[in-house]
Amino acid sequence: MNNSVGNTARLIGAGLRALLVLTVVCGILYPLAVTGIAQALFNDKANGSEIKDTNGQVVGSSLIGQTYHLPKQNPDDPEEAAKPDLKWFQPRPSNGLGSNSVNTQYALILSGATNRSADNGAVNGLCFKDAEEGTLCAQVINARETVIADNSTASHTVWPEDVPADAVTSSGSGLDPNISPEYAKLQVHRVAERNKLDIEQVEKLVADHSTGRTLGFMGEPRVNVLELNIALKALSKS
Amino acid sequence: MSPVTAGVLQLLALIAALALAYRPLGDYMARVYSSKKHYKPEKWIYKAIGANPDAEMRWPAYLRGILAFSAVSVLFLYGLQRAQGVLPGSLGFVAIDPDQAFNTAASFVANTNWQSYYGEQAMGHVVQTGGLAVQNFLSAAVGMAVAVALVRGFARSRTGELGNFWSDLVRGTVRILLPISVIGAVVLVACGVIQNFSGIHEVGQFTGGSQQWNGGAVASQEVIKELGTNGGGYFNANSAHPFENPTPFSNLFEIFLILLIPFTMTRTFGRMVGNLRQGYAILATMGIIWIAFTGLMMWTEFAHHGPALDAAGGAMEGKETRFGIAGSSVFAVATTLTSTGAVNSFHSSYTGFGGGITMLGMQLGEIAPGGVGSGLYGMLIMAIIAVFIAGLMVGRTPEYLGKKIGTREIKLAACYILITPALVLCFTAAAMALPTPGNSMTNSGAHGFSEILYAYTSGANNNGSAFAGLNADTQWFNSTIGIAMLLGRFLPMVFVLALAGSLAEQKPVPETAGTLRTDKPLYAGLLVGTILIITGLTYFPALALGPLAEGLAS
Repeated sequence: MNNSVGNTARLIGAGLRALLVLTVVCGILYPLAVTGIAQALFNDKANGSEIKDTNGQVVGSSLIGQTYHLPKQNPDDPEEAAKPDLKWFQPRPSNGLGSNSVNTQYALILSGATNRSADNGAVNGLCFKDAEEGTLCAQVINARETVIADNSTASHTVWPEDVPADAVTSSGSGLDPNISPEYAKLQVHRVAERNKLDIEQVEKLVADHSTGRTLGFMGEPRVNVLELNIALKALSKS
Repeated sequence: MSPVTAGVLQLLALIAALALAYRPLGDYMARVYSSKKHYKPEKWIYKAIGANPDAEMRWPAYLRGILAFSAVSVLFLYGLQRAQGVLPGSLGFVAIDPDQAFNTAASFVANTNWQSYYGEQAMGHVVQTGGLAVQNFLSAAVGMAVAVALVRGFARSRTGELGNFWSDLVRGTVRILLPISVIGAVVLVACGVIQNFSGIHEVGQFTGGSQQWNGGAVASQEVIKELGTNGGGYFNANSAHPFENPTPFSNLFEIFLILLIPFTMTRTFGRMVGNLRQGYAILATMGIIWIAFTGLMMWTEFAHHGPALDAAGGAMEGKETRFGIAGSSVFAVATTLTSTGAVNSFHSSYTGFGGGITMLGMQLGEIAPGGVGSGLYGMLIMAIIAVFIAGLMVGRTPEYLGKKIGTREIKLAACYILITPALVLCFTAAAMALPTPGNSMTNSGAHGFSEILYAYTSGANNNGSAFAGLNADTQWFNSTIGIAMLLGRFLPMVFVLALAGSLAEQKPVPETAGTLRTDKPLYAGLLVGTILIITGLTYFPALALGPLAEGLAS
């Protein structure tokens, strides 16, 4: 009996020592070594790929999505809904945790998806206009109506079938920095009108900032919204 | 190029990359676990542990080593989280509550990485990097050690000795996981994954104001999270977060890391039992299931049947633009057919059938290709069941790799395949029958049931992904999923090691004309069928109530 207690204690002691030594190797030496290499070779990327506007001011990360909202009427009112500033290209909806609940800005305090199911809010297997508020059906249908209303101008009508899926759905992180080229093109008429620019100029801007698939087959074509808006700001100033 | 074609090309690129790594890495791992030589730093580690790395262990001793090491690991990780409030480098985060700290400690030691906390809002540098990331290495190395012990059971005869646990643990960590991680982490940083020790700081925004960023050793944790099939994200959004998985290339690279060791270990197995063709048969079985699941997932996600997905015109809810449907589907299948559980898109918003495929992947026991180590030993258990079934058909005593599969062996294998379904189904039934657990559901109807079935499937199979609408940070879920993870990890290991011990004691039986050839396509087909039928029959009623009901309704 005593012998077996002693054996167990010895074994636990060995386990603890093994854990501590391997913690030093994998939890201290390894991350410090990787941080050293990363900071030396890829300083910019290791620190979050910060991006500057034409004035040299840091305006975020090229990897992290932002919202482009109008300033709040009353900054202290948490109830006031943020309104998009339609001068700028708009990102994907963000109805999950990644959406900002703290102020009018997009604070990176929490990332996450809506986790709503494909039949969330559906009645008899269909999404209807009067779907229960907050359900995925309601989010998608409302987002589509908003996209159509915001992007139709006097000379240009947006039809429901023109609206791509990424324009009405929330991403996995809620911080998606990209939109599809289709969604960017759909916003061209509105953006040109609000910034008093030629449609061709803005179309060219979108084309210049569209990225294809990596090596032709990896991922999906996309447009980085922040980079596009920085270029747009420069264009509308000149 | 259509998105479907691009998806198929991504899958082919992945297969090509895995094929290139298969022989060198598989042979290297076989040498690591067979070599008699200890490197200098390893000798220092053994000295610190106070263990003789050359002492052979029989299965009870090997098991005791694993259990002692893992118990200490759970306690240490629990203590680290409870002490977070007073530790330096905690970014101001406070101590984790007892139930959640137990759940997280059990989760990371059991190679599950189920997370009921929000990484960026709960865990500081010390807990993330010095606690959670360390278990990403060590729990993976423990899984590989058990697999190697089982392989030695087949390879050796007339001895009960299975090797030395401390030596297998240390070698797996420093010779296999660490070198690949260092290279992989640098590749990820080059793609844009962050790696720093900044605190929470403000960064300016385009329309004014600022956003808050967490710094962190993300790349060094991300790489071992995938390579060790762990899956616990630094951030809540896991590999969907752009700081964890910034580009389409990093996405494919992470999928490659997930699949790398589980697939190549079949080569290690073939090498160590002295018959490479046996390894190829296991590889073929894993590969067939993986490719078939990936194909089905792409089909259902591109077809996007489901009311809200139909209304949106595509299954993009919970998916990132840069990965699209194909890049998300390939990741989702890889993560649930292994014990990883990292996600680059949120499975809860997949089509009904898509969610069902992720669940079935885990319910197969995560053996195609499975977790590091656990995939190989899980598949070898199924291989034993398959020869047993074939033996019954022709009325011969079954044999596998020259070892008789007698009463003791088949009893242990049967215990192995019963334990996880029992945990999943009993806990799911209890959660559904009790009044309060159901309050944690985000979605209603069939999908609400799926959230709970998914949670216990993921916990007991040590996956760690979720239908994350479920609010799992309650005392009920933290405790029961914690227990399911520990039992689902360590009870099967008991049966595997006992089996390994009994195989190692046998003397080999000579192959005759009547021996079932286990290195032929016929046998691989039999194995696929055995896996699908056994799991299918076990889980079909539960799946019919959840994802099948949802999928068929839309």
